Amino acid sequence: MPDLASTVPAANGHGRRRAALTLVPHATEHLATRDFKSDQEVRWCPGCGDYAILAAFQSFLPDLDVPRENVVVISGIGCSSRLPYYVNSYGMHSIHGRAPAIATGLASSRQDLSVWVITGDGDALSIGGNHLIHALRRNVNIKIMLFNNRIYGLTKGQYSPTSEQGKITKSSPMGSLERPFNPLSLALGAEASFVARTIDSDRKHLTSVLAAAADHRGAAFIEIYQNCPIFNDDAFAPLTEPGSREQRVVRLEHGQPIRFGPDGSRGLRFGPLGALEAVDVAESGEDGLLVHDAHVTDPSYAFALSRLDSADFVHTPIGIFRQVSRPSYDDSMAAQLDDARTEQGPGDLAALLAGSDTWRVG
Amino acid sequence: MTKQVQQLDRVIIRFAGDSGDGMQLTGDRFTQETATFGNDLSTLPNFPAEIRAPAGTLPGVSSFQLHFADHDILTPGDAPDVLVAMNPAALKANLADLPRGADIIANTDEFTKRNLLKVGFEANPLEDGSLSGYQLHAIPITSITVKALEGLAVSKKDAERAKNMFALGMLCWLYNRPAEGTLRFLESKFGSRPEIMKANITAFQAGWNYGETTEEFSVQYEVKPAALPPGLYRNITGNTALAYGLVSAAHLAGLPLFLGSYPITPASDILHELSKLKRFGVRTFQAEDEIGGVGAALGASFGGSLGVTTTSGPGMALKAETIGLAVAVELPLVVCDIQRAGPSTGMPTKTEQGDLLMALYGRNGESPLVVLAPATPGDCFDTAIEATRIAVKYRTPVIILSDGYLANGSEPWRVPELAELPDVSAEFSFAAPDELNAAAVEAGASPPGFMPFQRDPATLARPWAVPGTPGLEHRIGGIEKADGIGTISYDPDNHDRMVRLRQAKIDGIAADIPPLEVDDPDGNARVLVLGWGSTYGSIGAAVRRVRLTGASVAHAHLRHLSPFPANLGEVLKRYDKVLVPEINLGQLALILRGRYLVDVISYNRVRGLPFRAAELSRVIQDVITNA
Ligand code: SF4
Repeated sequence: MPDLASTVPAANGHGRRRAALTLVPHATEHLATRDFKSDQEVRWCPGCGDYAILAAFQSFLPDLDVPRENVVVISGIGCSSRLPYYVNSYGMHSIHGRAPAIATGLASSRQDLSVWVITGDGDALSIGGNHLIHALRRNVNIKIMLFNNRIYGLTKGQYSPTSEQGKITKSSPMGSLERPFNPLSLALGAEASFVARTIDSDRKHLTSVLAAAADHRGAAFIEIYQNCPIFNDDAFAPLTEPGSREQRVVRLEHGQPIRFGPDGSRGLRFGPLGALEAVDVAESGEDGLLVHDAHVTDPSYAFALSRLDSADFVHTPIGIFRQVSRPSYDDSMAAQLDDARTEQGPGDLAALLAGSDTWRVG
Repeated sequence: MTKQVQQLDRVIIRFAGDSGDGMQLTGDRFTQETATFGNDLSTLPNFPAEIRAPAGTLPGVSSFQLHFADHDILTPGDAPDVLVAMNPAALKANLADLPRGADIIANTDEFTKRNLLKVGFEANPLEDGSLSGYQLHAIPITSITVKALEGLAVSKKDAERAKNMFALGMLCWLYNRPAEGTLRFLESKFGSRPEIMKANITAFQAGWNYGETTEEFSVQYEVKPAALPPGLYRNITGNTALAYGLVSAAHLAGLPLFLGSYPITPASDILHELSKLKRFGVRTFQAEDEIGGVGAALGASFGGSLGVTTTSGPGMALKAETIGLAVAVELPLVVCDIQRAGPSTGMPTKTEQGDLLMALYGRNGESPLVVLAPATPGDCFDTAIEATRIAVKYRTPVIILSDGYLANGSEPWRVPELAELPDVSAEFSFAAPDELNAAAVEAGASPPGFMPFQRDPATLARPWAVPGTPGLEHRIGGIEKADGIGTISYDPDNHDRMVRLRQAKIDGIAADIPPLEVDDPDGNARVLVLGWGSTYGSIGAAVRRVRLTGASVAHAHLRHLSPFPANLGEVLKRYDKVLVPEINLGQLALILRGRYLVDVISYNRVRGLPFRAAELSRVIQDVITNA
């Protein structure tokens, strides 16, 4: 049993004193993928992109080098949010949109846990939009995996906040009237310290992004393009079909020139008003072509990258858009408790209850 | 000049002025001095929700009523003996509550033509004889204050603002209150601004001297200290007592305290108070919204903290779904609802008992939980500890129904010795891997593994298995779970069983709480007055009045509203008539009628204010007469 009361001084002889509990411990035994598989039957539709993400997640978890009991997976509601049931660690399948809030309470009170949030486009960006942006703003030490399939799956096919305008669905027979959110632009607007995008079908890339997120202290936001074969099949086909993907996918690697297209023939350059434009390297020359820097403190550059995404996926960057270091919320919160004890001494309950204006009777 | 000293056994003073006049501070200070002096007391702050309502208008009036006595008292009092009216609006808004013969101390400087017209006085009531039924003290408080501060390096505006301290000084002299506490308070409050500190202290002393030397007041009053049970005392508001109760409860349980909260009147002071207590290891999280606040608290509870959220009615509505999740996952959670007048925004600074049915039933599905209500400001402390005890022992959300009156009202409180407090840590433990696996094997679980919903046979509580504990990895969630093993289950009979188990767990707590005590001194009463929550004082005072007439009446007060004390049904049937006064339209009465088939008489007033004892005593008399 972990020792939890390190923060409760046993000031006046009542209550139990427990030892400190701070950093995430190392695993004491070598864990394998199977150790993270629960005995529950996985119940997504055949061909659902969620299977690939689950498999990648489970096989990546041993690399975390964290004991199984210190991994916690928290989700909201939706197809993707069933994932915690399939991972043999601690987990909570909570309520619609609220996983970031619940994870915030857990992560900021338990620095020894590796906390993952599993969510979808409806869960995170519609009903739970507020919790998402504030968790990112505060930089809570949680890793958020947003499965974006651009549709409501569990409720059987209504348009979602990432569905393209004009989309015909059960609830929009004449086409959706709404402009979609760009999840990365939203996260960057909240100045998230780690922002990345990856694709369900690219296991290697997905795993590398998960590993980078796990290494990041603070909030990590990962958008995963996920195919829903039942209600929105092939939504990301331009990015996954051979022949098409080479033209469109822009792989971001920190410190590397941004090149894409056949034989890296295309690059990116800032246009006059700060928007990025794609150019033919042969025509424009190498001058002014972008080399990716995920560590720029100002989010404007990463924001410009995120705007390259469009409904028809002409150029779609994947990889880590932004990774900057700033204090993690749980660390700052713990530091304030330490400072308070240093400055004022440990809490003295009897003195607190009595206060300064007392009188004695009898 | 030596003045005559007259002994009184109790006094009710109401300070009233514009919301910018500092009446709450004045009342607070007078209360502190009165508490230190050793009187029993009860207070009723009453202020507009707007921070600065238009000056000089009726909606802008802020008041603070204080009842103090040489004996034990229960309410802030019905009718003031003294009204301090800092402007015409304050006079107009409060005059109707004043009995003939009461003292009125009015600040004549503010009774200008313009101010009088603002509130519809055609003529100046201080001059036209309309107040001849009262003892009128017309005093130019502002100008005397400004004059007294001449020579100090403060602006005219700051000098005028010190007028509340002049009034306080005058009243402190009039009622023989000690002054040291206020002087110390002013020194620390304005320590960084010495001129302002000097101005306030000078104004306070000028007010004191004014009382002593002028002929405005011919007598000075004395209210002797009350004979309270021996001990160390302080004055405390309900919100402070609740905050201290939560810190103490976490300490007694050996758990870290985590508060997730969103600012809302009248609950915010609990957040403020707890955020000052980081040295106790208290984590406070000001969330993005009400849902975020309760969500974070539940997340912290999952991690082994005592998760707490604080709010008022509108916030309760928003938190309902998360509280339902806490019912489903069976984790401890303390939810403090500081009720205010509703529906919707209602009257944020006014009190009400309108959230009882919402607390009991305001969630989807069969969603039983524990509901407690403190009776007095000081009782908020004990209620917080009791809520924590039940929450951690039974792994259930517990709702505390305080209200605006308890939150801001204050009373003398005997400071408990730490050793007197219950040892909450003895009532529960986190799940430990070995025992539970063994129990699971014994129960025939195959393959042997941890069963997160295997219940303790005595309490029906499930294990509290905290992340970080090896071997107890498990998943919980809002979907229905199979009894014992805890995996997702849509089995019809399992659902029926789980619905009943969750209810049985809450019902079973009745055996773990004290029976309802009835105050029926002569045993002859045929009428029982049954209340809950903050009406304790009003009902108690009304019952005393009735008994003084020689009549018999019994009083019982519910702290546990879910589950009810085990003997409640039997108590109800013992009396011919049961009167249930509530500051709502009969919410407890509805449940009593449904649950116990007793035809209780519901008495309801929903004015945003506590009941008046005089009014309640008439109601009780009527019921007795017709019994
Ligand atoms: S509805 Fe779509 S997203 Fe949901 S499980 Fe089926 S395929 Fe996957």
